[in-house]
Amino acid sequence: MGTAEILDAFAALAAVPWADPADFREALAATIAKSQEDRRVFELLFERFFFRAAEAEALEREIREERRYEGGEQLDLDQLREAIRQAIAQGTDGEMRDAARLAIAAFGRRGEGSGVVGVDVQRIRRTLGLQASGRVAEGDEPALEREQIQAFERHLRRELERALIERTEKLPPSRPLAELDRALPTSPIQDLAAVHRAVAQLKRRLATLGHEQRGRRRASVVDMRRTMRASLETGGVPLRLRYRPKRPRRPEIYVLCDVSTSVTSASVFFLSVLHALHDSFRKLRSFVFIERISEITEVFERERDFRAISEKISREGGVADVSGYTDYGRVWLEFFEEISEDLDPRSTVIVLGDARTNGREPHAEVFAHVAERAGRTFWLNPEPRLYWNYGDSVMAAYERHCTAVFECWTTKHLEDFVNVVAGGTPAVEA
Amino acid sequence: MAAGADNRSVAEVKAGLERVGYLADEPAALVAYLAQELGKPVLVEGPAGVGKTELAKAISRATKRSLIRLQCYEGLDEAKSLYEWNYRKQLLRIQASTDAEAGPAAGTFEDIFAEDFLLTRPLLEAIASTEPVVLLIDEIDKTDQEFEAMLLEVLSDFQISIPELGVIEARTHPIVVLTSNNSRELTEALKRRCLYLWLDYPAVEREMEIVRLHAPELDEKLARRLVEVIHMVRQLDLKKPPSIAESIDWARALLLLGADDIDDSVFVRTMSIIVKHRSDIDLVAERVGVQLKTTPGLGAEATG
Repeated sequence: MGTAEILDAFAALAAVPWADPADFREALAATIAKSQEDRRVFELLFERFFFRAAEAEALEREIREERRYEGGEQLDLDQLREAIRQAIAQGTDGEMRDAARLAIAAFGRRGEGSGVVGVDVQRIRRTLGLQASGRVAEGDEPALEREQIQAFERHLRRELERALIERTEKLPPSRPLAELDRALPTSPIQDLAAVHRAVAQLKRRLATLGHEQRGRRRASVVDMRRTMRASLETGGVPLRLRYRPKRPRRPEIYVLCDVSTSVTSASVFFLSVLHALHDSFRKLRSFVFIERISEITEVFERERDFRAISEKISREGGVADVSGYTDYGRVWLEFFEEISEDLDPRSTVIVLGDARTNGREPHAEVFAHVAERAGRTFWLNPEPRLYWNYGDSVMAAYERHCTAVFECWTTKHLEDFVNVVAGGTPAVEA
Repeated sequence: MAAGADNRSVAEVKAGLERVGYLADEPAALVAYLAQELGKPVLVEGPAGVGKTELAKAISRATKRSLIRLQCYEGLDEAKSLYEWNYRKQLLRIQASTDAEAGPAAGTFEDIFAEDFLLTRPLLEAIASTEPVVLLIDEIDKTDQEFEAMLLEVLSDFQISIPELGVIEARTHPIVVLTSNNSRELTEALKRRCLYLWLDYPAVEREMEIVRLHAPELDEKLARRLVEVIHMVRQLDLKKPPSIAESIDWARALLLLGADDIDDSVFVRTMSIIVKHRSDIDLVAERVGVQLKTTPGLGAEATG
């Protein structure tokens, strides 16, 4: 965010009425947050800053809210529960806030407040028996949407914080903003979209690789027909030569993916990469391996759903035979035997694995053959570079033969990989 | 209380958009308002088919400005987006002046680089227009970064420099709308110059309103059912989720067919309107078809 954006933000604020919180927030967001990710961080900050600012102001002027729900203790717990459930189901902001206050008042009277906001929120939620739909809802009470409960929890948290501030008459120390960091998506399903985006980018880059070379005069062929046509524009004088466009090379990709236990956490990520690749490239053959290698191209072509695919692979892959330990040497031998005929300088081999051989023969020379036959060979390693070649990792033996190797366990890394492959410059942190 | 005179302008923009058949939500209306107020370009991002392009068209209709559209694609260059010299006309001019005398007349070469010989392309047209216009730069993410860089001059200063002519400055201030499907991260420089708006698929209620606006004869219950099914389909991991335009198409198709409920058989027959990939069709037929079979149909509820 630069000075220009701050200027814009003020210009925008001048143009909207300040009294409406929604307009105010949207105007700020439109000028400051320039992507969805930014927007998420912006909402967090906005909420936090203005909540604190308003509270600080209230403290200074010694404004207190009059208690509106004095009758809290007289309410029967069951009635209360029903009332709150209704409010949540209706889902308007104001009602939910009132319900949250009601709940807090009721529990505060019973002396159950622990003084720690997070603990209280969970306790109140438990006592109210709020269950998200999907889990078993007790009785015949309608289950509530998970988002609605989360919204209610947010209100609870806010109101508790507000009450705490009123009681202690000072603001709690502001929490570090570490949680506002652009967190990496953790669950594989969430990740999927990001992976798909990175792969879509890879596809586009590969597809347009030839375009950059189009402009180079050297070694391109003059297209006589188009030159003559163009010359009509200039009265029959061929001022401009037209060249035959260079056809971009059709990538032929072989992907080998390690699915052994040593890379369990990463293999879900890898499989999603594979999944995304399959969506984008037609000439793609994929393999999974642990001890032996198994082609899974067909599985991907048949199945659309990611979860179904991973299940199928674990069932039908037939790769985890005896020990479940990776045997890279054997994998290369098998791969070479099966595929060496098809490899040519136009093909790209991508290996996804940690290069941990469990002390077995790495057969780097076979891998060298593979790499030699293929046009390009990339290795994506799910471990940080620091751990390579420690223990049973034999990354160095393979690294020598690869066009390039990358550490890769987040979509950020994947994007870097895409950048390098497509001829761009890697990001600084890569 | 805030809905008094202060709030009128944003609300007015919103009402204006609604009059021309575009139901904008709060953020969209606000950004549209800011774009006119501040004269800044708007960058609209979002998945395909949520009405990004439509927003620009609606703004042009609502403000009664004409719309100039620049459709971006890979390899779009200055000659197609900014301006080009009209070779033929220049050549004719040279020949004409050569015929009259022994050689080319003095000054011919200055003459042929005048505005008369300029072929205006969308960007120059928008800048040079005497009437205020709406400039729509569609799918900016399809172009390469070089083109983005070229846009910067247009977007921040509303001017175009032509080496032979000098700088052409905007006579009126165009409203610029850029759309992107987010297939590539746009450069910071471009984003900095724009207001940002993220459009997403609308919630059930709003999409229902949109569908009913465009297919007013559709029964309200049927419309709700339709939008619910569409939302169900969007939940699936599809290659191409159905867009708003496709829900409208589907609503119209149902009207034509005279269907009064979306049950299993109607859905399977008309599914191709909203799902357009072989593998998607299989998936949707499997998931949604089954759900439609198990849930009681609308007709049962309505008559019962």
